[in-house]
Amino acid sequence: MKSGGKEVLKLEHATKQFGGLTAVDDVTFTIREGEIFGLIGPNGAGKTTIFNLINGVYALSGGKILFDGKTIAEGAAEGRKALQLKPFQIAQMGITRTFQNIRLFKNLSVYDNVLIACHRSANYSLFEPLLRLKGTRFSKQEKALKHKAEDLLDLMGLTFYRDVISVNLPYGLQRKLEIARALALDPKLLLLDEPAAGMNPEETDSLMQMIRSIRDKFDLTVLIIEHHMDLIMGVCDRIHVLNFGKSLAEGTPSQVQSSPAVIEAYLGAQDGCVKEGER
Amino acid sequence: MSWYYIEGILIQCGYVLMVVLGLSLLTGFAGLFSFGHAGFMAIGAYMAAIGTAKWGLPFFPALLMGGAAAGVVGAGLGSMTLNLKGDYFCIATLGFGEAVRLILENWEYVGGARGVSGIPWETNLNSVLIACVVGTLALMALIRSRHGRNIIAIREDELAAQMSGINTFRYKMIALIISAVYAGIGGGLLAHYMTYIQPKMFQMVKSTEYTIIVIFGGMGSVTGSIIGTLILTFLPEMLRSLDNWRLVIYGLAVIFIMVIRPRGLMGGMELSDIFRLPARRRAARMAAERIKSMEDAGAGKEAQR
Repeated sequence: MKSGGKEVLKLEHATKQFGGLTAVDDVTFTIREGEIFGLIGPNGAGKTTIFNLINGVYALSGGKILFDGKTIAEGAAEGRKALQLKPFQIAQMGITRTFQNIRLFKNLSVYDNVLIACHRSANYSLFEPLLRLKGTRFSKQEKALKHKAEDLLDLMGLTFYRDVISVNLPYGLQRKLEIARALALDPKLLLLDEPAAGMNPEETDSLMQMIRSIRDKFDLTVLIIEHHMDLIMGVCDRIHVLNFGKSLAEGTPSQVQSSPAVIEAYLGAQDGCVKEGER
Repeated sequence: MSWYYIEGILIQCGYVLMVVLGLSLLTGFAGLFSFGHAGFMAIGAYMAAIGTAKWGLPFFPALLMGGAAAGVVGAGLGSMTLNLKGDYFCIATLGFGEAVRLILENWEYVGGARGVSGIPWETNLNSVLIACVVGTLALMALIRSRHGRNIIAIREDELAAQMSGINTFRYKMIALIISAVYAGIGGGLLAHYMTYIQPKMFQMVKSTEYTIIVIFGGMGSVTGSIIGTLILTFLPEMLRSLDNWRLVIYGLAVIFIMVIRPRGLMGGMELSDIFRLPARRRAARMAAERIKSMEDAGAGKEAQR
């Protein structure tokens, strides 16, 4: 575990209200470079809402989110207008994500899914593709994009499936493809929303290995939401626990596991404490 | 059947194809349905016709001017409506198409309901052929670039596209403007073939006809749009002897194709994909087998547990 790196993502008193409901209430945490940071909490604790705030899908009601030292969202306050970057701008800055309910480009091949997401590695204009000659900027960059997509497929073990329509892939591979697509943008911070949902223990194990290896390979910082306690406790450097939109605890896996507040709120009453995966 | 007659139908195919190519980009690739393309066509037709008939411009610049005018109006429409989701955008375009027609009908400078006449007869087989070849190649070039792929990503999943750093509003706008330019040029070609134009040539029925051609040919396929245009323009002409029944047969033909090929004639494939089809099928079959064996192995392990 690396620690003491520079701050990558910082939530300061982040608050999100939907009408009268406060889904995220005054949440503050900091993720440092190279960390694998877990975000856990019971259903409805506001985990996915926080993802959507970081991504800019939802506008912040109050507080502030900083990425790499730059403010990407800020709630309105007295004498200050709300600031909110658009989702695609935030993605271009280097935050990409996967979805809880996988959202691939379903009717396109595995290769095309990744190739589309590589688009930021080229910058030819709208009119350059009209001249399809060798040696133009267009053909050079297009070639580089294809190489990049192939490399990513290779890395994720998807080369064999490159021409398969992505919706026909089994669940585990769809998840991998989604991660490959997210990596295609060369992100600094990768958000994984329940990556192990629907996976069996072996698949979860290999997913853990993969998360670590891509973190090292791409110099990533990773933020994970997960219900599989095996995965969270095994892979995360630090964990932030939410309950009903409020922060409950933060610390290393062992600190969090032994926190009485967490055990009571998250895992239920103390005597009924059964960890998932210990069936 | 004389060559003169066939030539006429081919010219008709040509200007219809220009509109359909544009609509194919918007509907087939960006996934935005439009029922107002006759409106863009009308703008292009009137602009080009006024250019040649009233201002005495040569044909080619007038045609481009028509396309540009449609593009500008498309940009205006897009900036107001592209934030609307799905069906709502479609309804907005429907309203737009009708509004354009009604404005033209009540605007004396462009001849009101009588329209513009005395337009020089400039559109011939050569000019539509050039327009269609250039239009098709340019569209294919766009689609096979990162810009085209970004447009396709919007059709597949707009949220996922945004999360992949694609400025979806900008790319929808690009698709709409290019689409409007194509429709405008198609309209200009129509005006200089008919030598007169009237607002009632650009009714909503026309817009739906073009959308039907795109769906008939297969969404997301330029080849499909071309084949669809040829079939659905020739078919009613071939059946002229059947009088009003020809439209019944036209309708039945469309229904028949949609039943046997629900994704349209080409089903999202281009001509070049057909040659690669056997290899693709083989790869897909091998992958499916491996997936199956993996699942069986997984199920076996599960059972042992």
